[in-house]
Amino acid sequence: MSPTFEFDGAEIAARDGQTIAGALIASGRASWRTAAGAERGVFCGIGICQDCTVTVNGAAGVRACLRTACDGDVVEPESR
Amino acid sequence: MRVVVVGAGVIGAASALALARAGAEVVLVDRAGIAAETSSRCEGNVLVSDKGADPAVRPEAELAIASNAMWRSLALELDAERGDGPATELEAKGGVVVAFPQGAAPLTAFAEGQRSIGIRAEVVDGAALRALEPHLSPEVELGVHYPDDAQVQPSLATQSLASAAMRRGARLVLAEVTAARMRGGRIVGVETTSGAIDADAVVLCAGPWSGEAAARLGARLDIRPRRGMILVTTAMRQRVFHKVYDADYVGAVGSADAQLQTSTVVESTPAGTVLIGSSRERVGFDDRPALAPIEAIAAKAVRLFPFLAETQLLRTYAGFRPYAPDHLPVIGEDPAVPGLFHASGHEGAGIGLAPATAELIAHHVLGSATALDPAPFLPGRASLAEVAA
Amino acid sequence: MSRRHVVVLGAGPAGLAAAVAALEAGARVTVLDEGERLGGQYWRHHEAITDRRLQHGWERFERSRDRIAAGIAEGRAVLLQRAAVWRVDVEPLRLHALVGKPDAPGRRRVVVRGDALVLATGAHDRALPIPGWTLPGVTTAGAAQALAKRDGVTVGTRTLVAGAGPFLLPVAQSLAIAGARVVEVLEASRLPRHAAGWTARPWELAAAAGKGLELAEYARSLLGQRTPYRTGSGVVRILGERRVEAAVVARLDRAWRPIPGTEREVACDSVALGHGFTPRLDAAIQAGCALTEAPPGSPRFVVADPDQRTSVDGVWAAGEITGIGGADAALAEGDLAGRSAAGTPHAALAAARRRRDRTDAFARRLEAHAIQDGWSSWLEDDTLVCRCESVEAAAIVRASGSASRALRLATRAGLGACQGRTCGSSVEALCGERLGLDARPLLAPMRIGELLGGSEATA
Ligand SMILES: Cc1cc2nc3c(=O)[nH]c(=O)nc-3n(C[C@H](O)[C@H](O)[C@H](O)COP(=O)(O)OP(=O)(O)OC[C@H]3O[C@@H](n4cnc5c(N)ncnc54)[C@H](O)[C@@H]3O)c2cc1C
Ligand SMILES: Cc1cc2nc3c(=O)[nH]c(=O)nc-3n(C[C@H](O)[C@H](O)[C@H](O)COP(=O)(O)OP(=O)(O)OC[C@H]3O[C@@H](n4cnc5c(N)ncnc54)[C@H](O)[C@@H]3O)c2cc1C
Ligand code: FES
Repeated sequence: MSPTFEFDGAEIAARDGQTIAGALIASGRASWRTAAGAERGVFCGIGICQDCTVTVNGAAGVRACLRTACDGDVVEPESR
Repeated sequence: MRVVVVGAGVIGAASALALARAGAEVVLVDRAGIAAETSSRCEGNVLVSDKGADPAVRPEAELAIASNAMWRSLALELDAERGDGPATELEAKGGVVVAFPQGAAPLTAFAEGQRSIGIRAEVVDGAALRALEPHLSPEVELGVHYPDDAQVQPSLATQSLASAAMRRGARLVLAEVTAARMRGGRIVGVETTSGAIDADAVVLCAGPWSGEAAARLGARLDIRPRRGMILVTTAMRQRVFHKVYDADYVGAVGSADAQLQTSTVVESTPAGTVLIGSSRERVGFDDRPALAPIEAIAAKAVRLFPFLAETQLLRTYAGFRPYAPDHLPVIGEDPAVPGLFHASGHEGAGIGLAPATAELIAHHVLGSATALDPAPFLPGRASLAEVAA
Repeated sequence: MSRRHVVVLGAGPAGLAAAVAALEAGARVTVLDEGERLGGQYWRHHEAITDRRLQHGWERFERSRDRIAAGIAEGRAVLLQRAAVWRVDVEPLRLHALVGKPDAPGRRRVVVRGDALVLATGAHDRALPIPGWTLPGVTTAGAAQALAKRDGVTVGTRTLVAGAGPFLLPVAQSLAIAGARVVEVLEASRLPRHAAGWTARPWELAAAAGKGLELAEYARSLLGQRTPYRTGSGVVRILGERRVEAAVVARLDRAWRPIPGTEREVACDSVALGHGFTPRLDAAIQAGCALTEAPPGSPRFVVADPDQRTSVDGVWAAGEITGIGGADAALAEGDLAGRSAAGTPHAALAAARRRRDRTDAFARRLEAHAIQDGWSSWLEDDTLVCRCESVEAAAIVRASGSASRALRLATRAGLGACQGRTCGSSVEALCGERLGLDARPLLAPMRIGELLGGSEATA
């Protein structure tokens, strides 16, 4: 089954077991957060740098590179 | 006149500035640097709200009221001198002390006492309370608003005080003070790890290490450390607008109990993080991150602001409040070692009390004028002697 | 047979080897790892997505995984995956973990007790700050690797791989297999033919170093793509408006200073940076383990005795945290640590020690790729060094050397969301002093509510 989640209003189809970051990249996005006005996406890819964080189902600060995309997740971009 | 100030925390830095302003040649000595210890491991609250009107603690309340006013003018001056950015980040945001239902009566009584000594303290409830702090738990029914509570960024403010002193000729020496130089029963300087420094007076502002440092200088001073831990969250949209704390804070300050106590203080910083303090424990200088205090602080904070349950924690830190057995600051000349002056024991209020303490030190050392009453804080006071005996 | 309960933190090559060895020695074993799957960095994978060509030493992984599964069936092993260990107490030994989806609120709070602890927390990439390195499309080399292996994606289609060390080669290969074109691989170190390090062609390795075959394979795939591999070169600036559009590449001298006049622009839409690795020491520091000495900005490691014991009673260390040596060293160290932690006496460990010692050769070779001081000369005043708090290089340099903790705190460098994990070494290098950023009271992010309501104890 391939999970589908919502990102910033868009429907994103992920491969089963893919991370939210992987699925966002596969959808053509390189960035999904802003820091001091500049765009950020994945940097370390393994949960160290916190650059990739998104809000998932209302909880802020979720590392997109660690979190497996689940069907029905509502993912929102963050800015710091 | 040359004065050696030992310790470049907020008390030493403020004292150095006051002494330099009054014309002394100041040498500021610290083994770790400016704001290297307690003054960068605390919160920067400049409070009047936690000061009670009871006779035993009233002198500190009066010192706090005066010091709070001094901070405001000092911050403006320091900002103007620095020129390239805020020097203290003073925010006069006000405090809100809240009570859960059982605590409402003691809090309103406490506030009434405070009003009698001139502290502005307005009881707020219902819509007025929610307007001040919309994210407070619905469990909270009553609060007291203290418009005069403020905060500074403590390490930055300490740095700015020291810089201002140095602009007035004070010199910084990075060294540890190891012994006194005595002549004719009077202290005439200090020995340090990088040589001796002669002086006409020595002001000891060694924070929680003041007892140990006093012993090195041939004096007896009972100052002990009381550990406090603080939780820091990740940066977020502002949802806490004042310093908000739980009325049980008031009980914890004066208590001598060694066991873990916590009282919640929640506040936002300009960086967007929320600081949640804090605990009080007598565990010596143990700075390993302990678990019990952070669990206790977390539980109380979430009770106050339920949204904090989902807030991410960034780190915790610990500092050591310097306290005297009678819980009053110790400011003045040592009864046994002429020429040695103490400025310590400020416990959980050293940031707030720094400007007034510095004014008293200039008064004691140089005879500068002051409207403050020095008597309650003198090192030779009876309440200290009793405990020492 | 050992009756000890050995707790292993980390399920990369070192941790898995330790767990298997401890099981073999008869101990009870609990393994904790924050990852979704076992394998750590080296064996990062996804059953359906990972291209098998990206897996090396896979049989060893499968054997380890199966051995642990057998241990679980026997009732001697417990595996806690998606378990973020946020605190380690050693007196008595207790690991505090949050188990559940990463960063989700309300994870299960678990406390694991045990008799012996093997720390195998591994490493993460070290990427030096470069003007433009915060642009989307710039990742660490490890991120490129992880995204390719686990998610089957690449951040761009034309990627420049730059940094130092042999790890750049598998990264380039993964990118190629996952569908990106690797435009160049830039190695900052100059690797003279006769020096103690690599030969000019990195695949010409002594088989004794263990990596010979694997690296030769990477090299073939680079050649197949006609990707140039240049030594003594690096990226000194990354260009683009909203994402990477090009990079400026320069020749570097021995100290890694860009040589004026050698700059050229390379078109690319992504850059993978890896200037070596930073060991994940925070659990070891919290446990009180002694570390090696090193100048500010250079990595320190956990001090381990010949049997991988740390300075703290009951705590062993293995893998990248005791020295960057790659997967083979991690495996050999883990094996030794696991046996020793399970109570096998020193005298019975001679063979395991010999196997470990043979991997030293590779680790020593890596020294030729160590970061050189000249890198800071490619910074601009406004280059962000601390990514979390957006702190510029000039601000850090201004605060450096001051006797003031206040000034350093006031820059906020290292105080942001990653707690100095990304910029810490660079900030310390620029300040010329250690700032203690790696002594972290919380080993993993957690939510305040997760501190409430007590925890579930496992024996
Ligand atoms: C968790 C916590 C929260 C707090 N919150 C607040 C608050 O909100 N508001 C408030 O007003 N107060 C607060 N405080 C209290 C406040 O931090 C202290 O009262 C204040 O910082 C003390 O300043 P100090 O200069 O006396 O000590 P320190 O800042 O500790 O300075 C003492 C200096 O002396 C130096 N020193 C010691 N011995 C020697 C020697 N032999 N030779 C040379 N140098 C020496 C040390 O290196 C140090 O730099 C808090 C404290 C804690 C722990
Ligand atoms: C992103 C990345 C990709 C890499 N890819 C390769 C490659 O393809 N080929 C190669 O030869 N080398 C690669 N390496 C080098 C790698 O360091 C070694 O090859 C090898 O994986 C080291 O083994 P280890 O067991 O010491 O550590 P790791 O493999 O890093 O394993 C450490 C484990 O500890 C876990 N951990 C750490 N802290 C905690 C905590 N607080 N709570 C819970 N779990 C924790 C981590 O999740 C991780 O699984 C890579 C390194 C990185 C950083
Ligand atoms: S990319 Fe670094 S934490 Fe996700």
